[in-house]
Amino acid sequence: MFAFLALTLTTALRILARNRMRAGLTMLGIIIGVGAVIAMVGIGQGARDAIHAQIASMGTNVIIILPGATTVGGVRGGQGGAMTLTVADALDLKKRVPLLIDTGWAKRDVMQIVYGNKNWNGPVNGISPSYLTIRDWGFSSGGAFTQVEMDTAARVALVGQTVVENLFDPGEEPTGATIRIKNVPFKVVGVLAPKGQSAGGSDQDDVIFIPFTTAERKVLGTSFLGAVGALFASTASPDDLPEAVEHIRDVLRSRHRLQADQPDDFTIRTQVDIGKVQEGITATITNMLFAVASISLLVGGIGIMNILLVSVTERTREIGVRMAVGAKRWHIIMQFLIEAMTLSLCGGMVGILIGVTASKLTTSLAGWPTVISFQAIALAFLFSLAIGLFFGLYPANKASQLNPIEALRYE
Amino acid sequence: MTDLIVCEDLWKIYRVGDVEVQALRGVHVTIRRGEFIAILGASGSGKSTLMYILGCLDKPTRGVYRLDGRDVSSAGPNELADIRNQQIGFVFQSFNLIPRTSALENAQLPLFYRGLSLRDQRARAAAALARVGLAGREHHTPTQLSGGQQQRVAIARALVSEPSIVLADEPTGNLDTESSREIMGILNDLNRRDGMTVIVVTHETDIAAYASRQLTVKDGEIVSDRATADASSHPALLS
Repeated sequence: MFAFLALTLTTALRILARNRMRAGLTMLGIIIGVGAVIAMVGIGQGARDAIHAQIASMGTNVIIILPGATTVGGVRGGQGGAMTLTVADALDLKKRVPLLIDTGWAKRDVMQIVYGNKNWNGPVNGISPSYLTIRDWGFSSGGAFTQVEMDTAARVALVGQTVVENLFDPGEEPTGATIRIKNVPFKVVGVLAPKGQSAGGSDQDDVIFIPFTTAERKVLGTSFLGAVGALFASTASPDDLPEAVEHIRDVLRSRHRLQADQPDDFTIRTQVDIGKVQEGITATITNMLFAVASISLLVGGIGIMNILLVSVTERTREIGVRMAVGAKRWHIIMQFLIEAMTLSLCGGMVGILIGVTASKLTTSLAGWPTVISFQAIALAFLFSLAIGLFFGLYPANKASQLNPIEALRYE
Repeated sequence: MTDLIVCEDLWKIYRVGDVEVQALRGVHVTIRRGEFIAILGASGSGKSTLMYILGCLDKPTRGVYRLDGRDVSSAGPNELADIRNQQIGFVFQSFNLIPRTSALENAQLPLFYRGLSLRDQRARAAAALARVGLAGREHHTPTQLSGGQQQRVAIARALVSEPSIVLADEPTGNLDTESSREIMGILNDLNRRDGMTVIVVTHETDIAAYASRQLTVKDGEIVSDRATADASSHPALLS
């Protein structure tokens, strides 16, 4: 049995090697199909991983609450235009919504920052003590503000990587330097660890943090003390988000004395919402390309069946001889099935190679992240094997049902 | 000598459209182990049909065919394949070697389906090739061999499985006189030296003359069954 299979495989390989051009053309459909599947899955998964990483960088368990739009005489301002959220809201939420681990607040404005003879326009954020914890933001040097600095509205700042690159010379240590924000001198006490792009595509590292109190009183100004640009809250796990969001809505509506028929004067957002949209788009594209690749695999399978039918006809006499010397039906079936599977497997392997290469090229040329998934490779491998089996069955069966006498006489 | 082949009232009837063709019409014949038989007959006489039935490639419509004491007429396709593999070696007019495949592998073919280890297959195939005088040509492909040499590979393939019967269908039909003499010499030798039963189907009387017994088939019946003069006195063998 083993000797039979081994010899049949050798024979199949020899026949393919003999008809290299024909075998190559036959395999083309499988090669393109498998290659496309591998590349598409690679690109799709890369995109999904990137989105996941972006969401994680924002914090998967973070809730952002933005003030609603103002309405002045029927003319609505943009979102966040109104000053409907306050520090008191944040503190009260922390007390009244048990699912929240912490709440924080911030307000921001784009301002000119000057250091030495360089300047940069970047968003300056006044942040509450808990903000960095909620956003899970680390430091590459220095450290967070102290409580005293927060309480006394000290002139201290934390800078993001992009700001560092634009204000400081390479190799220069920003921590301890004095920069000027709107002409007010600030001492840099830390540099933030890089976070990369947000799910929305903005550069999260282009940022400067100063204590909220300082921002409110000395830099950004305010219409009334305690008005914030956004509230932040975090839950223990992303699963708690929906319930926490509902609870927050109830608390804020009652605090803002909104009647049942009035719309919210705030907007609650979570990273899950943002991620879902992007993931949906990626999934649609991946599915579409997967469908195209499947059609290509199907066409490849038909190609294999076609060439095997030709091969059965060409080798009718050989089949007759094999039967005359004692080949049984299953011997003949196995011979052609092994040939079909060798074809489809070789095609599959070349396809895997091409798919992996295409993924790598996409990464290096277009800069898209790709992931070579071993599941996709294993799946493509098994799938091409199955195609060989499925499309080889008909020609193999046809060969095995030849009448040996007629096969021997076939011209 | 024991009876190897016993045919009792063999009939083979084909249907071609509405027409019934009686290819064999009640053939009775007994062949003993070790005989050298020639089956003579014109084309359409039914000799090919008889050969296919004797070779277990076809089954009779009616009648009994006992090979080595076993009733073959009722065997299924897989059993017939086993019988062909173990008891019968075929030699065809057009050699029927597998193209672009070495002489050794062609000779190996019956053992391939017997499930022997690769090493045994090769050793026995090489021995069979040596037996027909092709030692050293194991790795030649059919196109690199002359017609006579190709037929010798086919004989090696037939005898590699040590069958009871070598069944040769017009073995010299595609060969020149010189090669024909060689091939018939080998078949004669297999019969004489190894005691193998050889059946040659032919329409040429000088080929039939090698056999020790000639059966003539006409219109689906055996019309003559006669022993010939001692084949060793055949002029071709004396030269």
